[in-house]
Amino acid sequence: MGSLPWLSFLIFFPLAAAILVALLPRGAERSARLWATLAAAIEFAVSLPLWWRVVPGVPGFQFEEKLAWIPSVGASYHLGIDGVSGLLALLTTFMSLIAMVGAWTAVDKKPREFYALLLALEAGMLGTFFCLDVLLFYVFWEAMLIPMYLLIGVWGGQRRIYAAVKFFLYTMVGSVLMLVAILSLWNVQKQFSGVPSFDLMAFYAMPMAPASQFWYFLAFAFAFAIKVPMFPVHTWLPDAHVEAPTAGSVILAAVLLKMGTYGFLRFAMPLFPNALLQCGPWIAWISIVGIVYGAVVAMVQPDMKKLVAYSSVSHMGFCMLGLMALNSQGFAGSMMTMLNHGVSTGALFLLVGVIYERRHTRAIADFGGLWKVVPVFSVIFLIVTLSSIGLPGTNGFVGEFLVLLGAFKTSFAWAAVASTGVILSACYMLWMYQRVVFGPVTHEENNRLGDLTLRERLVFAPLLVLIFWMGCMPQPFLDRMQPALDRTLQLTQQRAVLSATMAGLAPPVFAPRETPVPAPIASEVRP
Amino acid sequence: MLWIIPALPLAAVAINLLLGDRLGKRGTAVLACGAVLAAFGFALRAVLHLASLPEHERHLTELAWTWMRVGDFSVDVAFLLDPLSAIMVLVVTGVGSLIHIYATGYMSHDHSFRRFFLYLNLFMFSMLTLVLASNYLLLFVGWEGVGLCSYLLIGFWYHKPSAADAGKKAFIVNRIGDFGFMLGAFMIIAATGSLDFDRVFAAAPHVFAAGGAAVTLATLLMFLGATGKSAQIPLFVWLPDAMEGPTPVSALIHAATMVTAGVYMLARSHVLFELAPATMEVVAVIGAATALMAATIGLAQNDIKRVLAYSTVSQLGYMFMACGVGAFGAGIFHVMTHAFFKALLFMGAGSVIHAMSDEQDMRKMGGLASKLPWTHGTMLIATIAITGVPFFAGFFSKDEILHAAFASGHKGIWLAGIVGAGLTAFYMTRLYVLTFRGPSRVSHEAEHHLHESPPSMIAPLVVLAVLSIVGGYVGMPFQEGGHLLERWLRPVMESGEAGLVHHEVSRGTEWALIFTSVGVALFGIFMALRAYLWNPAMATALRQRLDGVHRLLENKYWVDEFYHAVVVRPFVGVSEWLWRVWDAKVVDGLVNGAGYTLEGGSAILKLFQTGYVGTYALFITLGVIALFLHFLR
Repeated sequence: MGSLPWLSFLIFFPLAAAILVALLPRGAERSARLWATLAAAIEFAVSLPLWWRVVPGVPGFQFEEKLAWIPSVGASYHLGIDGVSGLLALLTTFMSLIAMVGAWTAVDKKPREFYALLLALEAGMLGTFFCLDVLLFYVFWEAMLIPMYLLIGVWGGQRRIYAAVKFFLYTMVGSVLMLVAILSLWNVQKQFSGVPSFDLMAFYAMPMAPASQFWYFLAFAFAFAIKVPMFPVHTWLPDAHVEAPTAGSVILAAVLLKMGTYGFLRFAMPLFPNALLQCGPWIAWISIVGIVYGAVVAMVQPDMKKLVAYSSVSHMGFCMLGLMALNSQGFAGSMMTMLNHGVSTGALFLLVGVIYERRHTRAIADFGGLWKVVPVFSVIFLIVTLSSIGLPGTNGFVGEFLVLLGAFKTSFAWAAVASTGVILSACYMLWMYQRVVFGPVTHEENNRLGDLTLRERLVFAPLLVLIFWMGCMPQPFLDRMQPALDRTLQLTQQRAVLSATMAGLAPPVFAPRETPVPAPIASEVRP
Repeated sequence: MLWIIPALPLAAVAINLLLGDRLGKRGTAVLACGAVLAAFGFALRAVLHLASLPEHERHLTELAWTWMRVGDFSVDVAFLLDPLSAIMVLVVTGVGSLIHIYATGYMSHDHSFRRFFLYLNLFMFSMLTLVLASNYLLLFVGWEGVGLCSYLLIGFWYHKPSAADAGKKAFIVNRIGDFGFMLGAFMIIAATGSLDFDRVFAAAPHVFAAGGAAVTLATLLMFLGATGKSAQIPLFVWLPDAMEGPTPVSALIHAATMVTAGVYMLARSHVLFELAPATMEVVAVIGAATALMAATIGLAQNDIKRVLAYSTVSQLGYMFMACGVGAFGAGIFHVMTHAFFKALLFMGAGSVIHAMSDEQDMRKMGGLASKLPWTHGTMLIATIAITGVPFFAGFFSKDEILHAAFASGHKGIWLAGIVGAGLTAFYMTRLYVLTFRGPSRVSHEAEHHLHESPPSMIAPLVVLAVLSIVGGYVGMPFQEGGHLLERWLRPVMESGEAGLVHHEVSRGTEWALIFTSVGVALFGIFMALRAYLWNPAMATALRQRLDGVHRLLENKYWVDEFYHAVVVRPFVGVSEWLWRVWDAKVVDGLVNGAGYTLEGGSAILKLFQTGYVGTYALFITLGVIALFLHFLR
């Protein structure tokens, strides 16, 4: 791909496809899903080289593109990726394709618009991961909101308008605060360097007085926390998920929530490291509350989608806790959990979609005894459930283990309380699984349910492969993300020290307990 | 080639999944049993190779691949064969093979024959991973994997709500233990930088202060994991319910192999536990208390499998008792003999249940000895073995445990063990008498179908009966330099800094101890024979006289009810409250209320409340622009 604008292609190809799909002639509505899926497949194929073309060890960003956008204020069209955004972009293109094939038969109403919006959403998400200009980031961040708002508001369930508006306003409140912070930060940057710029690199290069970081950090963190979503600003998520169409739920869970954690990792944490050190323990505790709270509330949900939504609150709490641990294991665990959650929770929403399509209900009480009727569905549901509760050997375990290990190194109490999430996740997931799949068939209608079709099996097959691959051999993933994560950690630490020193303060001590180097064992000492 | 031992059953799982119903029942049976028998063959070959090595070289490791390496932490998928895992791997594959063969007969009429062997093979894979792992994290993979298979197999007859409930209960209770295991593992990483057995045990004496808080807490947390997996107080409640599963499952998972994983883990970690004397005391006391409690409950149960379940809990208590007093080798010895006779007892019970058209209540049995001669003969041997009658397997291992308790100065633990031995003899003889002796209480209909089991079920019983007799001779007492098993385990057990402390007692005391325990056992047998065979009125009279006690025991001390009232119900209540009040009223109330407040507060603003998101967005944008202008100035 050399000097070709690969990243731009990845952003604008789905956007172009979206426009073309929307413009399909009236009679060709049926073919909208075909063209859209084809576009998503091409997009995924083109994005695949992200796996091997992004060299993890290379410092900084790769495949950079930089064009002037609004030169007078220093805003530029600056793209680039590293191991972290590369993997998240792959997750995006992969899950978008999966979501489209998964929702093949789910949408009858206005298919052209539906698929066009899904493609536009994909473009927005990729742009958010790729851009290295803070203003551009904000543009993509907001742009992403609109397709999702429409997907929920038009194709959603009964309370779709309430859910869509809630989703929109919640996110808006956070992002407006972030915009204020971005603009103010731009002002500070201009005074610092004399050259106005919105470039992230310029912000990275600017030390900030620790005292002034606090409000900036809070504004960014608030915006991202809503997106994650962190307790107690999570209440938009269950409503949005319940009302959203299956494809929307999949994308929302698999990718959109990661924007929040990605935002912390890329922006809030390295930009305002001293404020982070100050607030980190609080955020960690809020994350832990989220882990427990999401799990506890998930337990009593009568609606499967709502249950999965609350479980997302719990899982994303693990992601945030890993970040706040501020060490290699915590970061890697957090990033793994982001990917795992994308795969597993995406699969869970697809599974709920599968039976919703057949029965038009998601209430747990309406099911029971499905194993006998739909065995293939039940087995896949079981595997995904186990991955979601972090059974060793599946992907969920690797992420949770590393997060908890990272958290443990920073604080015993964090790990001890957060680990109860491991017990609770087994409770709510297995209880739901039991009520849906085990027992006698309690509703006559369920006897006629059809098992997974070939298309549905093809959708789940790659997800199952990923669940086991990432669980048994996560090293290829870890190798790709670690250098970038470590650099982020270093950057955060360096900036913290630099900022404190500039302000004449004692440099903060990053003292996560490091693991002692293991003692050599007899077999190694022996010649 | 160690990896092939767990890989074989896993391959069988894969083939079973791929071929599906094309395999047929015969094909499924051959595949499943063949894989486990082959694994046994490979295990035997590997152990023979191990035995051919000089003592200090009996430690074979094998790296499969690096599992995860993050920062300064790294853990591999790697296997370890040493004398300790050798015993476990032979017991698991050996007894496992027999139970697989038995199950082909027992499950032959079940519609889900293929699914059953799928789970059973998956279990073998997990269990072999557990015992062959060379680090705590891979052990944990097996540990959770066997828990999963246990969940699936307990709930095998998923259409029965009680079975599905029992499966879920087992998994969740085990997860509480796993929570402890994980935290313990983190503490080990924090101190030693690794989870690899070799590294941890090499480093432990240098990084942990003997008796210090860190190692005590770490080992206590790991012991919490063991109490979950091995059904000890306070997490024993899942095992009796687990009897909802098919009987071969009870034999394989809930008697012979999985439930002993906790004992194996403690024996494997003996270096750490020896550094924490306080934990050792806790282990011994919990073990003794569990042994006594479960044995007393076993006195008053009428379901044949429930008696055996409580018996298992009780015998596991003995194993922990052994570990707690420092006799890890004796604990492993009892793991082995118990695997023989308890698997036999369960399979014999299965044979009875099979013959009785799925009746499990012993009050509806009786006089079956002549109808089921093979089942009766083998079960009699197993009963004698578990009660501790001399020269049968159970006698040697139980005696070694009691001896170790006494010799190490744990007189109270020893006394509990002796009382437990008497109770064991009593309830096992009761089980035997109620099932096989006395007048027949079999219903007319069941009588009609009464039949001895097919050879595929009887053959494993006979093999295990032989092992229940001779299996104990590897541990003959009164041998210079320790008995065979002790010598075999020495490279593992003496690797710790603390080493194995030998408490010698005089020959006379040793004989006195043996006579005491044998006497108590014989007394228990005698009392049970009197109460249930020779003078059945006595049992009734006794029950009436001790009505309160009997109700207490019959209802298992109301522990389940207690947990339900104190843990489960309040928890669900809090969950409901958090959702319906906190989430829906407080947080959403604030969110929605923000809008209403504005609406009510200002009549002017009310005009702008068009309800269109576009309008709101416009105002927000205007506000932002104002701020923008402010800063641009």
